[in-house]
Amino acid sequence: MEKTLDTKFTYTEKKDTRSGFGDGFLEVGRKNKNVVGLCADLIGSLKMGAFQKEFPERFFQVGIAEANMMGMAAGLTIGGKIPYTGTFANFSTGRVYDQIRQSIAYSGKNVKICASHAGLTLGEDGATHQILEDMGMMKMLPHMTVINPCDYNQTKAATIAIADYEGPVYLRFGRPNWPIFTPKDQKFEIGKAWKMIEGKDVTIFATGHLVWEAVVAEAILREEGISAELINIHTIKPLDKEAILDSVSKTGCCVSAEEHQINGGLGDSIAQTLATQYPAPLEYVGVNDSFGESGKPTELLEKYGLNAANIVKAAKKAISRK
Amino acid sequence: MEKLSTDQLKNVCSQVRRDIVRMVHGCQSGHPGASLGCTEFFVTLYFHQMKHNKDFNLDGIGEDLFFLSNGHISPVWYSVLSRSGYFDSKELYTFRKIDSRLQGHPATEENLPGVRIASGSLGQGLSVAIGAALAKKLNNDDRTVYVLMGDGEQQEGQIWEAAMSAPHHKVDNLIASIDVNGQQIDGPTKEVMDLRDLKSKWEAFGWEVIVTENGNDIHQVIAALDKAKGLLGNGKPVLNLLHTDMGYGVDFMVGTHKWHGIAPNDEQLEKALSQLEETLGDY
Repeated sequence: MEKTLDTKFTYTEKKDTRSGFGDGFLEVGRKNKNVVGLCADLIGSLKMGAFQKEFPERFFQVGIAEANMMGMAAGLTIGGKIPYTGTFANFSTGRVYDQIRQSIAYSGKNVKICASHAGLTLGEDGATHQILEDMGMMKMLPHMTVINPCDYNQTKAATIAIADYEGPVYLRFGRPNWPIFTPKDQKFEIGKAWKMIEGKDVTIFATGHLVWEAVVAEAILREEGISAELINIHTIKPLDKEAILDSVSKTGCCVSAEEHQINGGLGDSIAQTLATQYPAPLEYVGVNDSFGESGKPTELLEKYGLNAANIVKAAKKAISRK
Repeated sequence: MEKLSTDQLKNVCSQVRRDIVRMVHGCQSGHPGASLGCTEFFVTLYFHQMKHNKDFNLDGIGEDLFFLSNGHISPVWYSVLSRSGYFDSKELYTFRKIDSRLQGHPATEENLPGVRIASGSLGQGLSVAIGAALAKKLNNDDRTVYVLMGDGEQQEGQIWEAAMSAPHHKVDNLIASIDVNGQQIDGPTKEVMDLRDLKSKWEAFGWEVIVTENGNDIHQVIAALDKAKGLLGNGKPVLNLLHTDMGYGVDFMVGTHKWHGIAPNDEQLEKALSQLEETLGDY
């Protein structure tokens, strides 16, 4: 479908966002000698091997012991280190929520929690590993910054940028090969939404892998004579409320699109902003209070209502409610 | 800080114990039992053992660091921090009260000097201490990291993740102590969840283990910490099994879990204070 569409952003290559993390991690390690790494037996999956090879003294394999990893990371900040922890999103959040809450967030520690294999697109491993609640848990924690980049280039840029930000960060990325459609060597500004496409009838706020689905959805809507604005919300918290209000006050309605539970996700943060400052129709594209299952990433996005076609449907519904 | 003689240390202990019972009485909550039991340990650390700077710097470069994993015994820590100059002892009056820097469990949110990380949810402090010790190594900082845990806390799984990791990473600038008082909230540890042979367990995990038979004897505490220090730098972390009596120093609080987490009433306070000499002036 997307090949014949006139999308405003295009790609020639697909790559996994976790590789953007791995390459960014190596680069930031070269730039900043205080950056250190910890991994819970998933160095290959997290693409942390190149950093480990180049800086073995600054890298700690902690084994399958995530709680200890989070505590060690918190301790490493005392003395000025900038620890990046690596494991799957599931084990980076739910499994260690209390460690993050007390030793990292409440204590204001400069730990970068780097979480791969988030969401349904993890694929065949199924629901035990497909966490869809992680952004919700992390955004509820005071002091925590939550970032969910959309492709290889943006993930790499975010990985580098977070080293210069003082405070705990949750950086979420994924496993599947995905279109690379944002600029190489882009500047990543934490908390600043990126208006990718101007429009006037409806705003699509998308994050993570679903930004690409939203690019496709915009093209479909345009063919049907609907002008959609696309805003890439790479930072879930702090949320760029100004960008949201500016856009919705122009378009009058919106759609949120995320590879996450609807409960507690990006859409809920947008709803809170709109409800208190500019009430307007909002339609959610996300997982509706269910766990995932095994399958191929694109099959899962279709089955759970998270692809471009569902964004198009939601946009039309939002417009009809104006 | 100048090292105190054992007589001077004993005087500090007496005042710290007065502080503990008065703080807990003042807000009618908190944990006097193990605070009293660990008084000799804290006083020895801060007035004799550690190189530390009362002008608090969170990173503590060039200083020995202490972490309290069993954060509920905050009264003894707060008292010792104030008595060693981190903040005015008058502030002990605010313990557990609204707008205080002296939270029920230690925290960094209010910037209380001397506290480097929050604790209270058990099992997390050893991991933090290991991280801080690794940071010291990366910084070529040859000072030591200390951490205290409770014995009941040994029931937490994270302790054993950390126990496994420190020898693996050759964290030999770390002295961990366990307050072995045999009591926890619901009763004796033997009945709640038997810890069995802690010495063998920690040795099996690759630690150098020493035993302080009587952690309420200041001479023994000093000797044990000196011995622990002598074992550092050999590729292994050191564990000190610090046997104490919960509630030590107040006759009706000794040796029972009943004073783990309750406060004395007015009459009990007077009775406790009558057994503890005021040596440095009450706050």
